[in-house]
Amino acid sequence: MNTRVQVVTELMATHAVRNAGMPLNLDLIANACVNLSAVERRAATLTTRRSVKKEWQAAWLIKALTCIDLTTLSGDDTPDRVARLCAKARMPLRTDLVEALGLESMPKVGAVCVYPTMVRSAVKALQGSGIPVASVAAGFPTGLMPLKLRLAEIRYAVEEGAKEIDIVISRATVFSGDWQALYDEISAMREACGDAHLKAILATGDLKSLRNVYRASWVAMMAGADFIKTSTGKEDVNATLPVGLTMVRALRDYGEVSGVAVGFKPAGGLKSAKDALAWLTLIKEELGNRWLDPSLFRFGASSMLGDIERQIEHYVTGRYSAANRHAIA
Amino acid sequence: MSKVTEIFKTMDYGVAPEANDQVVAWLDSKQRQFKHFINGEFVASADGAQFEVIAPATGEKLASVAQGGKSEIEAAVFAARNAYRRWSALPGNARARYLYAIARLVQKRERFFSVLESMDNGKPIRESRDIDIPLAARHFYHHAGWADLIDSEFPDHTSVGVCGQIIPWNFPLLMLAWKIAPALAAGNTVVLKPAEYTPLTALAFAELCQEAGLPPGVVNIVTGDGETGALLVAHEGIDKIAFTGSTEVGRALRVATAGTGKKLSLELGGKSPFIVFDDADLDSAVEGVVDAIWFNQGQVCCAGSRLLVHESVANRFHDKLKARASKLRIGDPLDKSTDIGAIVSEVQLQRITHLVEQGRAEGAQCWQPDGAMPAHGFYFPPTLFTGVAPSSIIAQEEIFGPVLVSSTFRTHEEALQLANHSRFGLSASIWSENINVALDAAARVKAGVVWINSTNLFDAGAGFGGYRESGFGREGGREGMHEYLKPRASLSVKSREPSVKVAAFSVAPTSGSVTTGVPLLDHTAKLYIGGKQTRPDGGSSYTVFDAKGKAAGQVGLGSRKDIRNAVEAANSASGWSAYTAHNRAQVLFFLAENLEQRSEEFAARLRALLGVSAAKANTEVAQSIARIMFYAAHADKYDGAVHSTRSRNVTLAMPEPWGVMGIICPDESPLLSMMSLIMPAIAMGNRVVVVPSAASALMATDFYQVLETSDVPGGVINLITGERDVLAKTIAEHDDIAAFWYFGDKEGSAKVEHASSGNLKSTWVDAGIARNWQSVTGQGREFLQRATQIKNIWVPYGE
Repeated sequence: MNTRVQVVTELMATHAVRNAGMPLNLDLIANACVNLSAVERRAATLTTRRSVKKEWQAAWLIKALTCIDLTTLSGDDTPDRVARLCAKARMPLRTDLVEALGLESMPKVGAVCVYPTMVRSAVKALQGSGIPVASVAAGFPTGLMPLKLRLAEIRYAVEEGAKEIDIVISRATVFSGDWQALYDEISAMREACGDAHLKAILATGDLKSLRNVYRASWVAMMAGADFIKTSTGKEDVNATLPVGLTMVRALRDYGEVSGVAVGFKPAGGLKSAKDALAWLTLIKEELGNRWLDPSLFRFGASSMLGDIERQIEHYVTGRYSAANRHAIA
Repeated sequence: MSKVTEIFKTMDYGVAPEANDQVVAWLDSKQRQFKHFINGEFVASADGAQFEVIAPATGEKLASVAQGGKSEIEAAVFAARNAYRRWSALPGNARARYLYAIARLVQKRERFFSVLESMDNGKPIRESRDIDIPLAARHFYHHAGWADLIDSEFPDHTSVGVCGQIIPWNFPLLMLAWKIAPALAAGNTVVLKPAEYTPLTALAFAELCQEAGLPPGVVNIVTGDGETGALLVAHEGIDKIAFTGSTEVGRALRVATAGTGKKLSLELGGKSPFIVFDDADLDSAVEGVVDAIWFNQGQVCCAGSRLLVHESVANRFHDKLKARASKLRIGDPLDKSTDIGAIVSEVQLQRITHLVEQGRAEGAQCWQPDGAMPAHGFYFPPTLFTGVAPSSIIAQEEIFGPVLVSSTFRTHEEALQLANHSRFGLSASIWSENINVALDAAARVKAGVVWINSTNLFDAGAGFGGYRESGFGREGGREGMHEYLKPRASLSVKSREPSVKVAAFSVAPTSGSVTTGVPLLDHTAKLYIGGKQTRPDGGSSYTVFDAKGKAAGQVGLGSRKDIRNAVEAANSASGWSAYTAHNRAQVLFFLAENLEQRSEEFAARLRALLGVSAAKANTEVAQSIARIMFYAAHADKYDGAVHSTRSRNVTLAMPEPWGVMGIICPDESPLLSMMSLIMPAIAMGNRVVVVPSAASALMATDFYQVLETSDVPGGVINLITGERDVLAKTIAEHDDIAAFWYFGDKEGSAKVEHASSGNLKSTWVDAGIARNWQSVTGQGREFLQRATQIKNIWVPYGE
């Protein structure tokens, strides 16, 4: 391996530091080249080139489980509903299955993700579990709120106890190519987060082109995002493998320049255990095992967990399982 | 610690073997002994000879297979000949039903064929499952369609007869499909010899033919080695040979079939460039390389084995490539997570190893990923050579293994220069996000298949085949169908009458031409090279006699060196190929106009030389003018096509001129036949070196005066008069001539085919069968088709 890549890899391995960002450097993204057909081809063969079966599949699904941001982002959310979700987050798998797999302890999900007004309930429900609460903020899901109010919303969520803030970017800045405005906004949001980690949602379903996705990824990272995230779950198209591949490549390229490891979170539309394996394969192939960890990889999902539970039970018993055999959130 | 906990920490893939119990049971049910498939039955070799088939993944014996000899080939060709009568007479729709049934059956047995293929060949199950077998099924579907459409789409064509087909070991069932599907669709019957290393899927396919109820003898499969293949090629009952394999063997087949009248198509080796420009999506290009050279262990004729990368991105690209190659998994072909399986045989493994050692010895930097190789079986790691000079052995030889050689370039021009500096011309992969860069490179690269921002894309609807020493003929699509059809008109031609008088090539003074009174001013007919009247290099002339046996004049006696000079001139006139078709048409129309102005003079010459009536001479001149106009008209109308392959992909089939062509003109209808041959060639953008009828050479030397007044750029048409077969030999042997049309006698035709094996130039010989130049056989699309080669350019798009 050449020295540059080696140095970067070592840096990434030894300094689990937050992404401090860097001054906006448009030279690095001005000539971004992303070829849609070629990216699609790679994305399509990523999953056909690898197969994870039997005990390997069981272990991988546990890994997926630990990377889930268990999410509820509905208009009808209530403190009680959030508390139920948090209970599920603490105990995502039936105890007998945990024992059958020989796990050392009950696995925990990566985080619980809620609206700002639900943060307090979530924090309370998760007390002592070590599971962080993530809050969407900054005018989620459209981001079409005055910046002042968006920043205020972030501060509110942090004050309520959120350790992670999932913000959305202003799509308009991408369409107009006003990268400076996008950079400034995210930088301000990063500052508003304080110690809380910032996850920047690119709403890739709105951005449409992969070049836009690649460039927006870079600007978010240069502005100090700790994670880049595909979707709010509210766009027409959610997390797709070609989009994920493009973001992951941007993240890798950013790492080469900055020496910092940035996290990645696909979100929206991820429902099955098969989806989970596909994404983990993508991450392992393109970034390596270091990213197969909740500190650098999360799924934004709500229903995926149920399918993982069923598949794990199938592995343990050899019989196909039913949803009603596993606790609901 | 539980196993699951342990894996949770390592996050390894583990093993994911594809079950092969069904295939093992099938092999065992045959006692692992396989026979030939002849006339619908499985038969052993008369002498009981067999050879062993080895599983590359383990090095262990998989089965014993019958070794075909003379009597098996005899029986198979006989069966195919017998079956041909009825099969070729079936309505296209009936043949379509059989092909459709085969396509369906291949699809229904997809998993079986995939597993068997991977066991026999060593390729990863991912590839046989997702690429080989689905493409084979697709090929039969596509050609079921052609069977139905033969009569309406090729009304002037008919089937060829019995086809001998020899296929390689790298894509055994897929290559079988490429060969059998079009042959059967067109109404031919076949004798196919699978590769010695990998005969098993072909034999399973034979069972499938039985299952489909295919009439006995339509498909015959004779297993064996190179000798079996040679027997097949030599058999007199074969009308066409189709071969896919090495250039070396292809050359031998060209020699072996020379003069036999067998139609020949060759799909040979390559050293295909993979060009990465500085404005490419580098990460995607890296994946392209994986699909180019680390696909099927690099045992792919069109593998992008020569990486050419722009200096400014080379280091970055190499780093990315190494990081990616380190992720490739080498091992059990039946494991679903294997990227690189086993090399087909020990012999092939040794060849790869040897070439890699040579590369190291030559000083190129060799990189291979860390990690152990499987202990048994034939494996070779993905290998990257950087700093490879074009002069290096590994930059020139086809390695046919997972070995990529990389060189850098400075400019766009240099990239193309490096890309084209090869004896081969099978495929090219071009990576750039700039449409100007990509399309310019696609247009200029010498390759039969060009993939823009993609690589190794195949589809039954597109043509596949090479330029230069990568062979001739196309497989797939409409282009491919032509290889298994012949013009109906050719059935009605008869042998050339030897009545046309021959010139005397004596260079000595000719007596008996005594004139009285003041002699006419001597007319000195010269050669016409590079737009100039040139004295023959040898300094000799020969006498052309008129119909009464009187000396009509002297013309230059061309020699080897004149041909050499003419080829140089033709090469320099490459600008002609870049003319717009409209401009070429204008030049041809002007030529017709000028010939018409001098029609009386040409008619008089024809009368004198041939002793024909004034009416007949006038007709020939008039027809010659009409013929020039015919091709002037065609210059901007012989279009390519856009094949329907994948979605969001334009697959262009572009007819391109060969470049420099040699043309030997026949003696009959000397002016008309010469126009009939030169005009389609130059209308399509070729530059030609022409040997006119020696007996009527004065007519040709008159013609250069017309050329001089018609804006035909120098070097586009070069006229070398002289002894036909002497000049034909030099042309056939010339490595800088891409195609050669020979209209002479049978013996000369054989010699031309034989001698052209050197650079495997495309030849068109008439075997001494005279055409009727006045009829429909004298002009048409066949000529235009022969004057061009098809380049398929794949352009995926999308944003």
